[in-house]
Amino acid sequence: MKGLKYALLSLCVAMTLLVAPSAMAAKSSFTMGIVLEPPHLDPTAGAAAAIDEMVYANVFEGLTRIDKNGAVKPALAESWDISADKKVYTFHLQKGVQFHDGSKFDAADVVFSFDRARSEKSVNAQKTLFKPIKSVEQKDANTVVVSLNQATGSFLFNMGWGDAVIVDAASADKNKSNPVGTGPFKFKKWVKGDRIELVKNDSYWGKPARLKKATFKIIPDPAAAVSAMLAGDIDAFANIPAPETMSQFKSDPRFKVVIGSTEGETILSTNNTRGPFAKLKVRQAVAHALDRKSIIDGAMFGFGTPIGTHFAPHHPAYVDLVNKFEFNIQKAKALLKEAGYPDGFEAVIKLPPPSYARRGGEIVASQLAKIGIKLEIVPVEWAQWLDQVFKKKDYDLTIVSHTEPMDIGIYARKDYYFNYDSPAFQALMKRLDATVDVQERYKIMGDAQRMISAECVNGFMFQLPKNGVWNKNVMGLWENSPVQANDLTEVYWAK
Amino acid sequence: MYERFVEVFSHGMKNRNFVAGGIITIAFFGLALLSYVWSPHPIENINISDKLLSPNAKYLLGTDHFGRDILSMLIMGAKNSIIVAFVAIGIGLGIGVPLGLVAASQRGWTDEFIMRFNDFTLAFPSLISAIMITAIMGPGAVNSIIAIGIFNIPVFARVVRGAALNIWKKEFILAALSSGKSKTRISIEHVLPNTSSVLIVQATIQFAIGILAEAGLSYLGLGTQPPAASWGKMLNEAQTFLHFAPQLAIYPGMAIALTVLGLNLFGDGLRDVLDPKLRRNR
Repeated sequence: MKGLKYALLSLCVAMTLLVAPSAMAAKSSFTMGIVLEPPHLDPTAGAAAAIDEMVYANVFEGLTRIDKNGAVKPALAESWDISADKKVYTFHLQKGVQFHDGSKFDAADVVFSFDRARSEKSVNAQKTLFKPIKSVEQKDANTVVVSLNQATGSFLFNMGWGDAVIVDAASADKNKSNPVGTGPFKFKKWVKGDRIELVKNDSYWGKPARLKKATFKIIPDPAAAVSAMLAGDIDAFANIPAPETMSQFKSDPRFKVVIGSTEGETILSTNNTRGPFAKLKVRQAVAHALDRKSIIDGAMFGFGTPIGTHFAPHHPAYVDLVNKFEFNIQKAKALLKEAGYPDGFEAVIKLPPPSYARRGGEIVASQLAKIGIKLEIVPVEWAQWLDQVFKKKDYDLTIVSHTEPMDIGIYARKDYYFNYDSPAFQALMKRLDATVDVQERYKIMGDAQRMISAECVNGFMFQLPKNGVWNKNVMGLWENSPVQANDLTEVYWAK
Repeated sequence: MYERFVEVFSHGMKNRNFVAGGIITIAFFGLALLSYVWSPHPIENINISDKLLSPNAKYLLGTDHFGRDILSMLIMGAKNSIIVAFVAIGIGLGIGVPLGLVAASQRGWTDEFIMRFNDFTLAFPSLISAIMITAIMGPGAVNSIIAIGIFNIPVFARVVRGAALNIWKKEFILAALSSGKSKTRISIEHVLPNTSSVLIVQATIQFAIGILAEAGLSYLGLGTQPPAASWGKMLNEAQTFLHFAPQLAIYPGMAIALTVLGLNLFGDGLRDVLDPKLRRNR
């Protein structure tokens, strides 16, 4: 019996010795939790933010890139020259760059990528980014000349989007399941429904990544996300889906809590041609009936900045229109009466899964009930939402966060799911596209913000915060989200 | 009928399970009935400034993350559970009992066919099949009632058939047959009344299972939809608050556990009381 005891004890000691060194050295791998599983991994062929949040800057790179402050930085283009009329961009490419499969990167790949995105058959989700391009020509192996139809102020920024990354002709069609880019991380494997693994690209052209291995763990359930974080199963959550737990993480010395900004305008999207909502007065009544403070307190536990238009508050061109339609039940009721609905009406609100939408929807329903608009709440899954609401426009109201940067231009799209068709706004956007001068651009952006606010195209609610929680030893993660990305290129462990 | 009731009741009062279960069950029904005339606060009223309050004079059990009164939510949830479980048992009884009676009276191929189909339905765990049904038909209170009702059918069919087979062997049935009554009439006039005690006991147990199933479906987001209250939904919403506002989960959890315990005790007691053989042995 005694012998057994000693045997067990020595076994324990041996185990500890075996395990200890590996635990010490394990700090080159990193696991990040994400809420949504991407439908595939090709950022040039899908609108889902989850794709960019995994591969942008990590696996794929564009000519330019957007850094953590939202500034445009050179990436695969080492430098560029812009002609005097701002219509011709000459990009000088990095030399000695290889794709992950070993094939060489040169000007031909840029021409291929841009032509692919611009073509008739293109499935690119942001084709408008490429609209101003007249031609893309290869001058020599390391120089590309892009000519534009008109001067486009945001062209370099646009080329930094995930949708404008450079792909290789040979592997482009397989990028959905096996992404091959030029980035500092290589795609390793995708266990559907569980995780996506990246490993360091040892032949990377630029500053090498400091992590050897990065894993994105898919955890859609907020409660499971919180427990996984508390248990230490994951090292970071760029935006944890449970804002109510922030105070709990804050008081825990193991974690660092960083509340950052995102480009996510969270809005009560309104079908502008459907029933009563086609009337401006009804939409104005809804705007007056929304108590943004309650919505932010209830759905986001106080995290979030109220907005009065579709524009990020941290942008220099932002115009504060929050008080244009202040919370005022009497005004809202009066407007409804003028619109011909003194007793209100019934409508349906479809809510996608995120808690800001599900919770926000319940609060909005209770607020609109006070002016007589009775909402039936219909929770839908993302696939249903994309199909019914986004594609078929079969909805009255919905709540969603538009996380693309600088996306006020969507209001100029006639076939967008808002069903908002305003020639005046479309003309304004055309003018914006043609303007290069920054101050002039900001002025037009301001006019655009005022226009959609005045017309109450949607119920503007709040800017989605980035509720980041990570292990206190993790360094180099982005604090804000100027683009849809989880850039791991500079992440490292302090100890 | 009245004498029978008095007899059952007087025997029941001597049975501890019957009394304890009965009290809990009556309290639960009482709460649900109360909701029709009065609840402390309207649950549609979202009042964010009052969120996550601890119990106080205005809100006896405190408030949830939307500032809704938890006591009111529990009361409305009780009503919701009862409606779902009741209608679901109605479906189970309405379809299952005739099937069982037909199987017992016809025997042969009809019996085989009905009972094998029964076995087939029973082979799927009840909650899993309810999830499947609501996933196909879409979430919602009505669909969850139908789903729970469907898995009640084979349970009742089997219980009734078993009891009916015994009764068909009795002499008074033979007498009825020889006097020219049809099998259908005998089933209705003689067999059904004699299976009533097993049915009542089974219904009580199924009631508890129905409440659990409703809570389970609502927990998964397939049952009752907001803004209506359901215990399962309350549990679901409480998940992320577990570490700092555990009361949000404790109250609905206790409500479910107590009600199911009460119904099961009541069912057990009722079986002992209604079955003369068991009664004598105790």
